[in-house]
Amino acid sequence: MKDFQIIIGGEAGEGSKKAGMIIANFFNVYGFNVFIHEDYQSLIKGGHNFSSISVSERKVDGVREEVDFVLALNEDTIFKHKNKIKKEGGVLIYDENCTDKDFSAEGFKVVKVPLMEIVKKVEGINLMKNTALVSSFAKIIGLKWEVIEEVLGKELKVELEKNIEVAKLAFQETETVKEVEAVGEKKGELISGNEAVALGAVDAGLECFFAYPMTPATGILRFFVNYDKVKTFQPENEISVANMVLGAGYTGKRTMTGTSGGGFALMTEALSLSAQSETPFVVALSQRMGPASGVPTYQGQGDLLFALNAGHGDMMRFVVAPGDADDAYYLTGEALNTAWKYQLPSIIILDKEISENTYTFKKEKQVEKREALLAENNADYDRYDGEDISPMAFPGGEAVVKATSYEHDKKGVVTEDAEAIKKMQEKRIRKYEKLRQEVEEMETVRVTGSGSVAVVFWGSTKGAVLEAVKDLEIKAIQVLIMEPFSKKQMKEALVGVEKIISIETNATGQLSKVLQCNGFKVDEEILKYNGRPFSVDELEEKLKDL
Amino acid sequence: MENIVLPTKNTWCPGCGNFGIQKAITNIVSEIGKEKTVLVSGVGCHGKMADYLDINSFYSLHGRAIASGQGVKMGNEELNVICSVGDGDAYEEGMAHLIHAAKRDADITVIVHNNRVFALTINQATSTSPKGFISNSTPQGKTEEAINPLKIMLAVGAGFVARGYVGKIDHLSRIIKQGVEHKGFSFIEILQPCVAWHNTFADYNERVYELEKEFLPLQEAEEKVKEWDYNNMESKIALGVFYKK
Repeated sequence: MKDFQIIIGGEAGEGSKKAGMIIANFFNVYGFNVFIHEDYQSLIKGGHNFSSISVSERKVDGVREEVDFVLALNEDTIFKHKNKIKKEGGVLIYDENCTDKDFSAEGFKVVKVPLMEIVKKVEGINLMKNTALVSSFAKIIGLKWEVIEEVLGKELKVELEKNIEVAKLAFQETETVKEVEAVGEKKGELISGNEAVALGAVDAGLECFFAYPMTPATGILRFFVNYDKVKTFQPENEISVANMVLGAGYTGKRTMTGTSGGGFALMTEALSLSAQSETPFVVALSQRMGPASGVPTYQGQGDLLFALNAGHGDMMRFVVAPGDADDAYYLTGEALNTAWKYQLPSIIILDKEISENTYTFKKEKQVEKREALLAENNADYDRYDGEDISPMAFPGGEAVVKATSYEHDKKGVVTEDAEAIKKMQEKRIRKYEKLRQEVEEMETVRVTGSGSVAVVFWGSTKGAVLEAVKDLEIKAIQVLIMEPFSKKQMKEALVGVEKIISIETNATGQLSKVLQCNGFKVDEEILKYNGRPFSVDELEEKLKDL
Repeated sequence: MENIVLPTKNTWCPGCGNFGIQKAITNIVSEIGKEKTVLVSGVGCHGKMADYLDINSFYSLHGRAIASGQGVKMGNEELNVICSVGDGDAYEEGMAHLIHAAKRDADITVIVHNNRVFALTINQATSTSPKGFISNSTPQGKTEEAINPLKIMLAVGAGFVARGYVGKIDHLSRIIKQGVEHKGFSFIEILQPCVAWHNTFADYNERVYELEKEFLPLQEAEEKVKEWDYNNMESKIALGVFYKK
């Protein structure tokens, strides 16, 4: 067995997410690529949460509809997912006390484990049912006990001994059904996209992180509150956040924030201030299903045009669109370095799936901090001097440093003079032109495979798209940098292509519009807008006859 | 004293209260040293001060100076952060920032240039304009009661709450100095008549008086700030440091 799908589910509060993470770690130790898609609801207790885990020897960051194992902490999970279990070779594993229904005639193998009894035997708490379940599962697929012990030690911070007791008992009471062999060394660390963003920012020299909680970006805040080297603060709202980011940036501290569409909407005024005052500003904008409060914990890619256009006035920006944890790490580094080099806003546009899913992170390219253009801190300093990028100085020394929301002269003093206004606008345009040229040296689009049909996509759809096209004669083109948009690289990517199909999780085809604005006509759109990501199967189905 | 006024053309109205405030701020900046000071201003007539002074400044957005100022302080704790804001700025657009900065005791000094009118947009009522105030946005007279900012500041736990008046510059300079020297959040409201739209000089001159004590205990301060509710035209108006933690 080299390639399989697992679903583990239960009520909110039953710890199915943690259990999924433990299982992912088993396979990580066994050398597999692991990907977890989290499906949870906006509630604290009850409801139905589940993790879909893709395990493969190859990099597969998408889920299939047919699954090999369903692990159920409650009855609801069985009924919601049993129809996905493969009749041949599929296994349903559940707590024998959670239902009195019989599933033996369904075709798949059924393993009932007395999870609650095991927990009670060692006087554990109810939550430990999930430990019993993952341990039983490990035994079913023939994993070694040492691996379970190692992973539990890493993942469980409280009551470890008791959990180990539970796991041991469950392990003893379960029979092995099929053996999974290790396929090699660990391929990378298991991290979420949000964590990848945080790591990329740290490596690019981040010093402060200010944010107001908003799903699905909250994970970035959670990372930094536990990370001592970055000053982290949660103010009263996103308006405050954005203006604090600029205040700290003015003093020379690399600062960023993370939010979702609603919070970003509140930040747009400050985004414009970043452009006018030429104060670096970095935001990770993690989209969820909108409009408005929308569907808070579900997928959507409806904020691309907003990110590209937010902010009043003629303002320039840098916008990157990572497709997985490796992209998120590297492109966050680019976003931070670029914001500081060009003194403008950088937006890392993520989505719920990248932010909260777990990836096998390989750190393919190391992010490094690149120094911004600095001036001597002396008395004759003018903040907005020069033809394009003005060297920066920060308050605290001899230089008088003036930043302003108004149009200004080179000193940073307001101006309403026609010539001076034009001159300063043109300085910023030249700066953008320089950025545009530098972007041409970056990887703005990434091409996989070949064919006369091309699918164009962005963000988390990457995983399912790449898996779906791997055996098809289709060229897959991922857009990594949205702004400045490289027409040149897109044109090269489209050489030999006769038909362009965009694949997006939104209702209006926002990437298509971006392509059309840049002179590329999209022939067809495959759009999904029910809050769920594309599965590999459904894309295979849609693409196979092209 | 070094000259820290830029040759920028000043566009405040002749007789504007902002001249006095600028003088008081210039005094204190000269004293504490301009290298370690940042003036953060909002948008309104008061904000122009950032363009008039040769000191570090972050000329923020309308209502957002207090948020920007806290960012500056978090970026570099060695800097003295003076947020100059207007009443439209701090009591309307940016009220949440003011309240939370006070509550969290952010180590910044907030100076409110309170002319009790939106002046730069040509005469509209603000939340500290008195009830009945006739303006371009309230031609029949303002129907809402004015708010009492000092009462709000004490209620949310501000550690330094003071009121000054541009008609008493020496007194005002002393208060600002105490506010800047106060470790933690300090709030200084300045009564600043607007010569164009809300000229209260004569009225204030008659009603203001200086508190005798250096500052008051909290309970006494809470009573004292009620003396004038910003609506009535009769009661005395106390100036000085009402409360200091």
